[in-house]
Amino acid sequence: MTTLNYKRADFQSDQEVKWCPGCGDYTILASVQSYMAEMGVAREDVVFISGIGCSSRFPYYMNTYGMHSIHGRAPAIASGVITANPDLSVWVVTGDGDALSIGGNHLIHALRRNVNLKILLFNNQIYGLTKGQYSPTSEVGKTTKSTPLGSIDFPFNPVSLALGADASFVARTLDMDRKHTIEILKRAHEHEGTALIEIYQNCNVFNDKAFNALTGKEERDFNQIRMEDGEPIIFGPDREKAVVIENGVARIVDTNSVDPSQIHVHDSHQVNPSMAFALSRLSSHPDGPTPLGIFRDINRPVYDREVSRQIEAVTEKRGPGDLQKLIASQGTWTVE
Amino acid sequence: MSETTATLPVNESPSEQQELDKVIIRFAGDSGDGMQLAGTRFTDASAAFGNDLATFPSFPAEIRAPAGTLAGVSTFQVQIADFDILTPGDEPDVLVAMNPAGLKSNLKDVRPNGTIVVNSEAFIERNLHRAGYDKNPLEDGSLDSYRIISAPMETLTKEAVKETGVTGREVLRSKNFFALGLMAWLFNRPLDPTTEWLEKKFSKRPEVLNANLAALKAGWNFGLTTDAARTTYSVKPAKLEPGTYTNVTGNTAMAWGVIAAGQAAKLPVFYGTYPITPASDILHELSRHKNFGVKTFQAEDEIAGIGATVGAAFTGHLAFTGTSGPGLALKSETISLALMTELPLIIIDVQRGGPSTGLPTKPEQADLLFSIFGRHGEAPMPVLAAKSPSDAFAITIEAARIALKYMTPVIVLSDNSIATGSEPWNLPDVSKLPDISKPFLTGPNAGDEYLPYLRDPQTFARDWAVPGTPGLEHRIGGLEKQEVTGNVSYDPNNHQLMIDTRAWKIANIANDIDPVETDGDPDAKLLVLGWGSTYGVIQGAARRLLKRGVPVATAHLRHLNPFPANLGEVIRSFEKVLIPELNMGQLRHLIRAEYLVPAIGFNKVSAEPFKVSEVEKKILEIIES
Ligand code: SF4
Repeated sequence: MTTLNYKRADFQSDQEVKWCPGCGDYTILASVQSYMAEMGVAREDVVFISGIGCSSRFPYYMNTYGMHSIHGRAPAIASGVITANPDLSVWVVTGDGDALSIGGNHLIHALRRNVNLKILLFNNQIYGLTKGQYSPTSEVGKTTKSTPLGSIDFPFNPVSLALGADASFVARTLDMDRKHTIEILKRAHEHEGTALIEIYQNCNVFNDKAFNALTGKEERDFNQIRMEDGEPIIFGPDREKAVVIENGVARIVDTNSVDPSQIHVHDSHQVNPSMAFALSRLSSHPDGPTPLGIFRDINRPVYDREVSRQIEAVTEKRGPGDLQKLIASQGTWTVE
Repeated sequence: MSETTATLPVNESPSEQQELDKVIIRFAGDSGDGMQLAGTRFTDASAAFGNDLATFPSFPAEIRAPAGTLAGVSTFQVQIADFDILTPGDEPDVLVAMNPAGLKSNLKDVRPNGTIVVNSEAFIERNLHRAGYDKNPLEDGSLDSYRIISAPMETLTKEAVKETGVTGREVLRSKNFFALGLMAWLFNRPLDPTTEWLEKKFSKRPEVLNANLAALKAGWNFGLTTDAARTTYSVKPAKLEPGTYTNVTGNTAMAWGVIAAGQAAKLPVFYGTYPITPASDILHELSRHKNFGVKTFQAEDEIAGIGATVGAAFTGHLAFTGTSGPGLALKSETISLALMTELPLIIIDVQRGGPSTGLPTKPEQADLLFSIFGRHGEAPMPVLAAKSPSDAFAITIEAARIALKYMTPVIVLSDNSIATGSEPWNLPDVSKLPDISKPFLTGPNAGDEYLPYLRDPQTFARDWAVPGTPGLEHRIGGLEKQEVTGNVSYDPNNHQLMIDTRAWKIANIANDIDPVETDGDPDAKLLVLGWGSTYGVIQGAARRLLKRGVPVATAHLRHLNPFPANLGEVIRSFEKVLIPELNMGQLRHLIRAEYLVPAIGFNKVSAEPFKVSEVEKKILEIIES
């Protein structure tokens, strides 16, 4: 095999990128292409599968194998790809409508099975491609074309949902923060099993500044809660805020109001998902302090590998199948 | 235990033995009575003996409908013969009724003066009441025109198994083997095949094995010692084509066809599916044979079942999904994706009674029009149908051949009577399977370029470039494709061209499939045209009429889209065309539309297959009209 010496441009396809100018998708595309160049996987072994929505145009812009499929079904199709060939690096690109509304069932089952898929969930809290209806992550009260009186739907918290489905890797990052995005992509790639990365993505046409609390110059330092393994969770411009978890509930406190030993020290490798879940409940919406980083990163059997392992084991035990014997296996008689 | 039962002399009988050329037996009882098992064992013993046969199991959709009720009756009909037969037969000669409900719901079908074998102990007040009898039919003279063989099966089974160690409810579980033993005696069936089967099945539960063997033997002995019937019967082996035979159901043959198609295509097999009656047995069978390199994927729903299949097809597996009517509806959008991305995959639809949940365990040729037209947009694709249980093997390989050669999804239709019914199958030599492989593309296909939608000039199929192949990275999807490049295109002229191209690609398959053949009297004025599971009854009816000198011809379609190239010519060479179908006239619509002929329908959707006599009568009616 040739040594892999890629540049970002090697992962750019010849197709013109057609998102709205200023859309957060551009930044994410750049981060992903940059990371692909350094991932260490041959380009022909990389597959991008998407559903329907603005973000799902993504595969067309990646110079890898790819499929722009149908609404909500990308995790199912990608599960077939990786099960057929577990040596591939398979990425799913999806949005909040695609993954959490029409495709909710496929998402939770991919997470439950722990199929080796890296799922990039572009959450812009709106339907962009259909021009601005509220989505399953839009906040209650949101006024859109389909909710002129304000939305009465209670939204999903995608991280909590994934943890509830026992996902083995769950993280959250921001479109604007390329360095953090790339770091998370790397950890997701290194993780064996399903990785769900929620990426807050600005839709500047239909839901502009939805994540201002986390990206605005004035606000971001007050609201970004960065979680690092082994570190106490402390944030704010002057590290004046901290997170404690008591009786399974996470709370934000003034750092100097508690004993340092009470501050929660992050550990994404904890098998029990309770702490990760508690952290995910810190914000029901990104309009205040919101955790970013890896909530959970644990090992458990990987579906596609297990499928192959079962086949190998039974073939070893019984030998490769003999079709002539199989069709005679229920008893035969001979007519002369 | 085993040696005593296995060595019972097959022909020992105090009474006379009469030879029959065929006999139809129906086992009927509560769904918990084990009638399917008794029927299958009787069938396998007859198969091992060399009879030709055909079976028709029928059971309620509920796993355990209320005991003793008409709704809970499960039946298994088998016809055995010393000649070549094609159907499970119309009217049972013998009805085995394990309870009053089994008798009540099946008596109307039994031929006049037929034989009825009953478990007398089930005819008690409560059961009679549940079945809707005011009086006990065993005592009120209403069955006088039948020959009754009555056995207290519960007492005798209890007695027989008391030394074997089974207790409680397990004791009476064996009474189906008592009934089977009695039938084996009455029809001079060998017990060895059943004994061997039991020994294999219950090798880890010796008490259950011994109880079943004891009950089997007790049933036989009951016949022998009580001289239960003056006459016992035998049906000689049939003179079938030379070969090695097995008795196979359609679902099993289809699962084996999936494996065989993988071998013929030199590809690993992927089967993505969601459990649904009556298709699940294909999944069960394939799951047992992973050492053939078969990957089975039980998805979270029907859509994911085919979604994963599309993914596996993209990745270079021979990919199948299996379902039944409601599931086919759910898969419709994803089938369109496979059609647009021009990936080879095979959708198996084991049809059942519809619409909606319909009649999940009953046969109906429900989905022909849905298979051909049930997609949004202009979305033609090949549709094939098995004509009998054993044909499910060959038709599956044929479907895979077309899918690969033309890079297209293909639907294969089976139905509940094919799927669960069985017949002897002259085993093929699998080393002679056709080579249906489609090599992957390994390098550029246009100079130093790879063009995903460049087409073979003969078949119009595109190349198959799978992930992992250096230099052929490409993107496909559901948006309209630009010709040749496969890039997204909104150009109106290109859309017209692509629709025309996809239609032409499928229509052209007509030149690559066997022409339809006619059978029977070539000078007849009437052609009886069929498809799918009606093959047996149509042939049966035509043979009876031909024997009587009535001129009739038949033809049967295995390819429903496109039709064989010569079909129009064949149809127009007859004055009349009759199309019997277990639906309201779906093939008739197609034939009328395609060939502008006034095809006549004979249609039935009453949850059971045609009887040969019904079709025979209809043919005569049309000929004489
Ligand atoms: S509609 Fe919104 S999400 Fe879609 S491309 Fe435009 S800015 Fe991006």
